[in-house]
Amino acid sequence: MADVNITIDSKPVRAPGGTLLIEACKKAGIEVPSFCYYPNLSLQGACRMCLVKIEKMPKLQTACTTMITEGMTVTTDSPEIHQARKGMVELLLGNHPLDCPVCDAGGECELQDMTFSYGAAESKFIDIKNHRDEQQWSPVVYFDRPRCILCYRCVRICGEGMDVWALGVENRGVNSIIAPNRQDHLECEECGMCIDICPVGALTSGAYRYKTRPWEMKHVDTTCTHCADGCKTTLGVRRAPAGMEIVRGDNRDKSGINGDFLCIKGRYAFDFAHHQQRIKQPLIRKNARLTPASWEEALDLVGKRFAQVRDQEGGTRIGVIGSNRTTNEENYLLQKFARLVLKTNNVDHHRTADFPAFAAALAGRGDRTATMREVYHASAILLIGNDPTNRHPLLAWQIRNNVRLHRSRLYVINSEPIKLRRQASFFAQPPAGSEARAVEFLAGEEGAADALATSSTPAQRWRDLREKLRSEQNLIIIFGSEIRGRDLEKLVKFGSTLAQAKFVCLSDYANSRGAADMGLYPDLLPGYLPLNQGTKFRDDWGELPAATGLDLGEMIGIANEGGLRALYVVGSNPLGRLPIDPFLLSKTFIVVQDMFPTETAAIADVVLPAANAYEKSGTFTNTCGDLQLVRKAGEITGTKPDFEIIVRLASAAGFDIRKLVPFGKRGTHADMGQSRGAQAGEADRHAVWLEAHGLEPKLSPFDPMAILDEIERLVPGYEVSRSNLLAGNDQHTTVEGPGMWHDPALIIPARDDLFTSGTLGRYSRLLNSVIEHRQGVPAGEVVAG
Amino acid sequence: MAFLVSHPDEVKIVSQRFGLGAISIDRYLELNGYKAIQKTLAMEPDTIINEIKNSGLRGRGGAGFNTGLKWSFVPKQAPKPKYVLCNGDESEPGTCKDRLIFEHDPHAVIEGAMIAAFAVGAHTAYIYIRGEYRYLSLIMQKALADAYARGFLGKNIFGSGYDLDIYWHGGAGAYEVGEESALMESLEGKRGIPRIRPPFPAVVGLWGGPTVINNAETLASIPHIILGGADWYASLGPPKNGGTRLFCLSGHLERPGVYELPMGYNLKKMIFEVGGGIPGSRKLKAVVPGGSSTPCLTADEIDVPMDFDSLMKRGSMLGSGGVIALDESTCIVQFALRTMKFYQHESCGWCIPCREGTDWLKKTLARFHAGGGIRKDIDNMLYLSENMLGRTFCPLGDAAAMPTIAFVKKFRSEFEAHLEARGCPFEKAGVVEQLPVLA
Amino acid sequence: MKFSPQFEQRFEEMVSHYPTRRSVLVPTLLYAQDETGYLSDEVIRELAERLELTELEVRNVISYYSMLTTRPRGKYHVQVCTNIACLLRGGEEIFEHCRQTLGIGGGETTSDGLFSLAEVECIGACSWAPAVQVNYDFHENLTREEMDKILGHYKKKGTQ
Ligand SMILES: Cc1cc2nc3c(=O)[nH]c(=O)nc-3n(C[C@H](O)[C@H](O)[C@H](O)COP(=O)(O)O)c2cc1C
Ligand code: SF4
Ligand code: FES
Repeated sequence: MADVNITIDSKPVRAPGGTLLIEACKKAGIEVPSFCYYPNLSLQGACRMCLVKIEKMPKLQTACTTMITEGMTVTTDSPEIHQARKGMVELLLGNHPLDCPVCDAGGECELQDMTFSYGAAESKFIDIKNHRDEQQWSPVVYFDRPRCILCYRCVRICGEGMDVWALGVENRGVNSIIAPNRQDHLECEECGMCIDICPVGALTSGAYRYKTRPWEMKHVDTTCTHCADGCKTTLGVRRAPAGMEIVRGDNRDKSGINGDFLCIKGRYAFDFAHHQQRIKQPLIRKNARLTPASWEEALDLVGKRFAQVRDQEGGTRIGVIGSNRTTNEENYLLQKFARLVLKTNNVDHHRTADFPAFAAALAGRGDRTATMREVYHASAILLIGNDPTNRHPLLAWQIRNNVRLHRSRLYVINSEPIKLRRQASFFAQPPAGSEARAVEFLAGEEGAADALATSSTPAQRWRDLREKLRSEQNLIIIFGSEIRGRDLEKLVKFGSTLAQAKFVCLSDYANSRGAADMGLYPDLLPGYLPLNQGTKFRDDWGELPAATGLDLGEMIGIANEGGLRALYVVGSNPLGRLPIDPFLLSKTFIVVQDMFPTETAAIADVVLPAANAYEKSGTFTNTCGDLQLVRKAGEITGTKPDFEIIVRLASAAGFDIRKLVPFGKRGTHADMGQSRGAQAGEADRHAVWLEAHGLEPKLSPFDPMAILDEIERLVPGYEVSRSNLLAGNDQHTTVEGPGMWHDPALIIPARDDLFTSGTLGRYSRLLNSVIEHRQGVPAGEVVAG
Repeated sequence: MAFLVSHPDEVKIVSQRFGLGAISIDRYLELNGYKAIQKTLAMEPDTIINEIKNSGLRGRGGAGFNTGLKWSFVPKQAPKPKYVLCNGDESEPGTCKDRLIFEHDPHAVIEGAMIAAFAVGAHTAYIYIRGEYRYLSLIMQKALADAYARGFLGKNIFGSGYDLDIYWHGGAGAYEVGEESALMESLEGKRGIPRIRPPFPAVVGLWGGPTVINNAETLASIPHIILGGADWYASLGPPKNGGTRLFCLSGHLERPGVYELPMGYNLKKMIFEVGGGIPGSRKLKAVVPGGSSTPCLTADEIDVPMDFDSLMKRGSMLGSGGVIALDESTCIVQFALRTMKFYQHESCGWCIPCREGTDWLKKTLARFHAGGGIRKDIDNMLYLSENMLGRTFCPLGDAAAMPTIAFVKKFRSEFEAHLEARGCPFEKAGVVEQLPVLA
Repeated sequence: MKFSPQFEQRFEEMVSHYPTRRSVLVPTLLYAQDETGYLSDEVIRELAERLELTELEVRNVISYYSMLTTRPRGKYHVQVCTNIACLLRGGEEIFEHCRQTLGIGGGETTSDGLFSLAEVECIGACSWAPAVQVNYDFHENLTREEMDKILGHYKKKGTQ
């Protein structure tokens, strides 16, 4: 709408007509208080805190429901208005238990703030307050009715935002109460958005209740380590006997790509870090048993053994399996370590999406990848395969709310009736497993229409769909791992015929995109460069092995014949995730770097206890290609970040680490050192080691930020703004490089859902308690501690 | 079944068919029924609306908005269907008039709704009747079925080419649902939470379509205006307050009942002549002039014409026509408490001031009446009520606050007497035991 | 869940009166309650399904309306108005009288399941106060003696 001129507190303000007055005030720097108003949720006008005076209106008006019109003259504060707001606060406090000293929200409570601002110092009420007992609605959601001020934010975020509709209002008048969908408990996606959005302490988190006070925590913004969407999350950290303990995950920082959103995993499932089975000491197999050992002993053993195999039998007899959960810097370092130190191209990881084919299909048009933010604003979206609600909760949120708030058109092609079809303006359901055929049809293979036809989507509907898609501008095409290899090429070809279409390729773990981008492939260098196109890297690193390495399956395949003498597994559990017979590896020297005694660790010769993503710094690239900071929040004594372990192994293998990581003047290339902050706690530890090795660096060799510098320099698509990144903003990377056509069978999706998250999920007591609760086990005892 | 009364001062318009068996469609037709709609169908919609506007008919539901003016707000062209909704939720304490209309003259409501629908260009109307009025719902359902059977409803009514459907709809116990926007929510199958306004129902109403909402008595008056003419109707009452009104006389009166009197009829006469005055030798203490939501008038204040504007000038309201007489034996604190108990029970709970305010006023009044009052309670009650006034989401908050303010201000001495007596002085004197109606 | 043929017929007809199915919810709940005595989990599930609503939505609506109940009541639900017009003419005394006669308090049911008692808000009988509704039947201009007769009448009817 056209701009209109209004006056707020004698200040002229210009804003589009129809803007809500409360938003226009905010724009003008004038804060109008509110409880029930929440941006992007439906209007309520219920709390009456936002009352303002509008000229020519006899009564005070709610700023949260009034749309501005030309010439409106508004006063936002006056004795009358102040009194009205004070009156509301007084009334709220009348039945409020005022148990602030023990309330989780104490110190972070909007009612406390409002009371402070409007001063309801004198209590007018001497009658008994209405009381109700607290209820536990799920392992993670508690409800304390007396604290509830009935702003209905929880009801709306659950229904409108999440499309779950698990909360409602029961009774009326003063007996009104927020009610869960199963009478005394919740059956929902357990996202905890209701807790986050509650302005008071009525809804509290099972994971955090009564644990600490907000001001006793340090708040660290980082990136979630669960799925590939990369929500920004704020971790509340407190000193604990075993290092730094994470006590809370939430969404205080709304600046991230996820805005208001976090799912159950991002919010609560940090507790795996403190699981009792966490490995806190290196283990060496002695007399067939894994026995605790010192770091020195373990690193020395592994380094020497790797060097020995390399020198005696050649690097091709060593395999390296990287991780979908370690940082970009670690992944980059790992493949560099493999190629440079171990002299092997036998590098791979558990692939959950065909990024090399994506790169090949895009063929240099890397800018055709959409960001997570763009998904929220696109005028149209085509979703093929996958079930984002379960596997990409943030992406689902972006899509859903884009449809709701911006009337985006959503087209869904899925052989399952996924939940997002409820937002779809067009849902096409092909026969099971034939999403790829649908792509062929879109790309112009007429014959495919008949094969796709089902009772719910007859052939003509497929044609209609294609017609509709062809007329879309700025379409974002999002596809799951159903689309791989040459099918992906067809899809990109179809997209290229549309005006300004962009793509999102869905993968399954927090940094699976990063693992791919950083070159954890036997035949690709970072940035999807085939081995023979790596001049840039050779110039920087020196000579590299030329022959294509073995992929994960091939490594296992030759292991038993003695073809694989050593296997280095970093942050990955191939035995747990993939159908591999452990017997095949019985002749291989296996080193596993992990947090937990996984199936793979169980057959290892050496286990090195690693820190997780919440315990170190670096960057993650989400499935869209958005690069974000990972910052250290927690710490468990005895573990080390993978980055440090790799550097130390290189050293133990007799390699000059100055050639591996940026380091002092004569290191590979030193960065300018913007980012010591996160490492501060480790400085002493590092200094001791460096001095013992006669090294006096300007830079810490364990500083992942230093290698980010190299990544930005050498990896195509990663030329981002360092200062923006360090300020906590997401930076989009692109998929450049020629890519490669791989065997589609190499892609094995993780198939995690909302409540599972691979190894991390298995060791999250909280996720498990929610799963048990959903299976009918009464909630209560298993809450994370 | 409600009882009929009469008084020579009555001007029987809406009540003219009461007791004459007009519940039967044949009888209704004999008594001039369905003539007005036939006349209307030959008129221009704008002419009809102007006629109603000029008649000075003001809404009988409570707010007293000029009915023709309300109809004129309905856009001529609208992308969504238009509706007429008859408000028969009658729940305001002191009010029992719509009940009589439904019981004795259901076709008049139907005919009124037909005229309203034709005037605004609606093809569907609903008659919403509160759930407690089950027997009236049955009467209405039968009346509608009879009208359909005669072809008065449905396609091409009276050969005019105009289609109209009218359906019955029932409530299930909620005063707030009488508020027009909550009424629409209820009809849509939801909790009776009012809607944000603007937009007003005449522009965005049922399922987003423009909707005219009128009280049952308002609609029942329409056919008479069409037949008798706007000037005639307007001339029955003072300027801008056309016609007659069903006044529900209740409380401490010799002859309580529902009487149809011209607008502007003197309240004192209404109490002492029409209603037969106070039983026994007791004196009048106060009158609640228009249902529980309206501020009371003391015995000295009742020499006032009963029309919207005159009562407004006296700081009260004509409301829904419920005139309640309180004699000197009445404990005002107890009366205020019972009033507040009602609002506390019926508040929908949506907004803070009404939800919490009614609860605290009720608690305070209950304690006060029981003898646990403290001096500052009296001012606190005023303070609380004034904080609610004009600041709630819908007028229910005002309806709770206004009478309370009047009770405290006009009968402060009675509140003080409760403090002194550490309880209710009336109960202590045993006055309550001597109520006249109980043997 | 089985309702009577009349219920089904009325339901089908009513659904056709509105552009959205859920519009029939409030009156339908009352009709269902008339048949089953109260709105059981089963009834809620059934109606939710028919009207394409969640059970939560149905419960939210039920709990809003004071005539609807999710717990059984007496065969004869005695609703005494004590609101202002009735108050002035002895509504509270009638309520007290019922309490004593039936031996139960407001919101309670007699042990034989015959009567339940409730104090209710204005039922639209102000000019004929005090008034009582037993189920849907109005009884007005009451005295204690009248009330006795009424209760006796229902007792007889209910135990026949
Ligand atoms: C709390 C509340 C309850 C109301 N109850 C009724 C009612 O029971 N019947 C009625 O006709 N109007 C009632 N009204 C008034 C309606 O909102 C509306 O003004 C009326 O139905 C319009 O019809 P009218 O213009 O014909 O009076 C109520 C208003 C409020 C605020
Ligand atoms: S959506 Fe994914 S990245 Fe975001 S919080 Fe959930 S698991 Fe973490
Ligand atoms: S913010 Fe406006 S009423 Fe709550």
